[in-house]
Amino acid sequence: MFPLPSAGQGEGEGVTSTLYHEENSMYSDIVTEHFKNPHNAGEMADADGVGDDSNPVCGDTMRLFIKVSDDRIVKASFLTRGCGAAIAASSMTTDMLRGLSLQDAARITNKDVANALGGLPGSKLHCSVLAEGVIRKALEDYHKRSQS
Amino acid sequence: MAKSLIYLDHAATTAVAPRVLEAMLPYFSQVYGNPSSIYSFAQEAHKAVDDSRDKVAKVLGCRPAELIFTSGGSESDNTALKGVAFAASQWGKHIITSSVEHHAVLHTCQYLEKFGFEVTYLPVDRYGMVDPQEVEKAITDQTILVSIMLANNEVGTVQPVSDIAKVIKVKSKQIGHGVSFHTDAVQGAGALDINVDKLGVDLLSLSSHKFYGPKGMGVLYVRRGAPFVPQQAGGAQERYRRAGTENVPGIVGTAVALEIAAGQLESNAAHCRTLRDRLIEGIQSRISHVHLNGHPTRRLANNANFSFEFVEGESILLGLDFEGIAASSGSACTSASLEPSHVLMAMGVPTDTAHGSLRLTVGVDNTEAEIDRVLEVLPGIVERLRALSPMTSSPSR
Ligand SMILES: Cc1ncc(COP(=O)(O)O)c(C=O)c1O
Ligand code: FES
Repeated sequence: MFPLPSAGQGEGEGVTSTLYHEENSMYSDIVTEHFKNPHNAGEMADADGVGDDSNPVCGDTMRLFIKVSDDRIVKASFLTRGCGAAIAASSMTTDMLRGLSLQDAARITNKDVANALGGLPGSKLHCSVLAEGVIRKALEDYHKRSQS
Repeated sequence: MAKSLIYLDHAATTAVAPRVLEAMLPYFSQVYGNPSSIYSFAQEAHKAVDDSRDKVAKVLGCRPAELIFTSGGSESDNTALKGVAFAASQWGKHIITSSVEHHAVLHTCQYLEKFGFEVTYLPVDRYGMVDPQEVEKAITDQTILVSIMLANNEVGTVQPVSDIAKVIKVKSKQIGHGVSFHTDAVQGAGALDINVDKLGVDLLSLSSHKFYGPKGMGVLYVRRGAPFVPQQAGGAQERYRRAGTENVPGIVGTAVALEIAAGQLESNAAHCRTLRDRLIEGIQSRISHVHLNGHPTRRLANNANFSFEFVEGESILLGLDFEGIAASSGSACTSASLEPSHVLMAMGVPTDTAHGSLRLTVGVDNTEAEIDRVLEVLPGIVERLRALSPMTSSPSR
């Protein structure tokens, strides 16, 4: 008789348990870390600018809050309903914005966010586009408010 | 840190059962002859294929000669639809299916549309059920084929297949020619009775890896006399209906797996139902704003599918993954696409809610302790994600 697979152990149709490692192979460690412990999550009651954006296909929605003082972003926070990449991108964006001048903030692109996250899988690049979108919109909202 | 995986995605695939693997192993490198060769060594492989076909036929209640071994559920569905459509086109070019079928059926229908076939995609009710009367209404004198799945892979809804079969028989007498009835029973095997006469079907698809058999193996039943043109030409294998040297270990594994599944149908279903109900009750009592998708009673014993408002399905999956729990947000094949599930959309689930779906499908090896672990961690995951969601915060905005 040929050797039996060690998994068998001859007990019924049972399948022995599989060992599992606490990481996700789809996302980088940075994405994982930001997803597990997002930075600056939550509403900002005294925000000077708020930007909303969503992707009509995946339905994901992001909202960015910024606090501005002397043409500099002193605080940023977010609320996001979305995939892991969208949540991580939101969290990363708020980190990146903090302390930036409004001009520098306006220059952040989706690529910058994706790179800062250690890269995103191809199908998830649009999640960083959402981050770029809310930065634009929050800045527009700030400028509109400061004009009136 | 490594811990034990809690596998709750049996609708995506299952592990090959030890007894199945054991039965398959000799046919890789010991009994490796080509079943078509005539020397006695190869005849051993030939006999293994014959015996396997007999076993499968017994479970389906059909003749062994009515079975074709294929490379899986997708091939069985493709072959069934194309095989009938091209063989029966002299009587008409109209096909009826439902809007909640697996893509192996839906995309084959789209392919056939390119060849001049007309396809009716029947709607479903909010539980995902097809109404047999809708089938009746949709049949015209051009109709040659109806394909309605036995049970849905995403929400687990069990279709009234035998009622639909009765309606088709009556209608086909009126229009004066046969209408073949195919069912994708991929999710039904191991959970439901798949006797072809009780179901009243002319063609039926199975996929071995859904019932603890090997991946890349399936079965297509074609009733004797049904119009059918083979879709793979070449040698004489499978009575000229599917050319190519047989996957002997796969065929052996398929038969053993199906035999075990049929023998343990009741006990497995009871085990799964207990765990599923524990999951459904536990989640509904611990988490607010959650909807059970699919039919409350006419559903697969192993399927629980929920929509959580204000959160996205992938983020729940990721949260569960970090806890060592494997689940799905719909069907595995569509998880690469960003669009909400076509099944939930057909059931009228609002888009936002559809994006927050989670499918948990239990199996024979799951335990109550594993379900309790899910119930322990899932509320926290959903709560944490909802705290991040703009949809739950100050509704005035
Ligand atoms: C209902 C249904 N039909 C067809 C298939 C395709 O089967 P396979 O993966 O064996 O090609 C699946 C599984 O993915 C399924 O759930
Ligand atoms: S999937 Fe659309 S934002 Fe991530």
